[in-house]
Amino acid sequence: MKLDLLAALNAARAARRPAVVVTALDSGEQRLVLEPAQDPLAAEIGRALASGRSGVVEDAAGRSVFLNVHVPPPRLVLTGAVHIAQTLGPLATALGYQVAVVDPRTAFATPERFPDVELRPEWPDVALPELALDPFTAFAALSHDPKIDDPALARALESGCFYVGALGSRRTHAARLDRLKAQGVPDAALQRIRAPIGLPIGASSPAEIAVSIMAEITAVLRRAELAS
Amino acid sequence: MDLLSTAEEWAREGRSVALATVVETWGSAPRPVGSHLLIDADGEFQGSVSGGCVESAVVSEAAEVIASGEPRLLEFGVADETAWRVGLSCGGRIRVFVEKLA
Repeated sequence: MKLDLLAALNAARAARRPAVVVTALDSGEQRLVLEPAQDPLAAEIGRALASGRSGVVEDAAGRSVFLNVHVPPPRLVLTGAVHIAQTLGPLATALGYQVAVVDPRTAFATPERFPDVELRPEWPDVALPELALDPFTAFAALSHDPKIDDPALARALESGCFYVGALGSRRTHAARLDRLKAQGVPDAALQRIRAPIGLPIGASSPAEIAVSIMAEITAVLRRAELAS
Repeated sequence: MDLLSTAEEWAREGRSVALATVVETWGSAPRPVGSHLLIDADGEFQGSVSGGCVESAVVSEAAEVIASGEPRLLEFGVADETAWRVGLSCGGRIRVFVEKLA
């Protein structure tokens, strides 16, 4: 591997940009792909990026080519240091996510309740710009307080988070959509909000709801076909 | 620091470095595809391609890759004669691509 290529790869990784190193296993010939659409192996690279799995494929000439996929570690950002978040945080951590919990209500956002996650006892307009939401970030609004959840949802949609979910009944969600629409969030963005949040597994306790949310996030990350 | 950052740092310090990468696995391989082992000319290494089973063999091959500059594709596993000596305890099979960082 050329040092230049390694340096460019490390720069992409530091910037949380997906990158693929393509290596011809017979000759050792190599390239770094940051814009998959323009590559001769665009389809194969697209699949590898979606699954997050590295592996050997054949190129047009039938040669074995190794695709080493470097996708940023996924993040999960939550608003609402609530009961569900107390299970969802550790669950996501176990699945390899970096987790941040945002809640300005300092009675909720305590290190005792959230010992192992990044805790931001701040309003979303302060915390979220610093957290730099991106397409490898999942966001869930759990606070039940529109003053906290609404601005965070708008920012998560704008930032292209791969998953955006919001807790609340259908009626709560309809009211939320009206508010966000009034604030100028486009319809296409609003349709991306998953609400009611979580896969329908009959969850009743906060911990079970956390499982249903994590399952939904995983399904969206892996582009699984979900029954609508 | 993660392994690819270490690799860049070692190379910038002027050390001769080889990078080994797991490119294929069959059966119960101990380390996933894409895992790296970083080796310098003195045989110092970091990372893992097999959780310890074949590292010593990869390190000695890496010395030759560093000397020649030519990459190599290595295979280890139970079907291989050498596997009984430097094999995977779990019965899997892996291919490891070793290249010089230049």
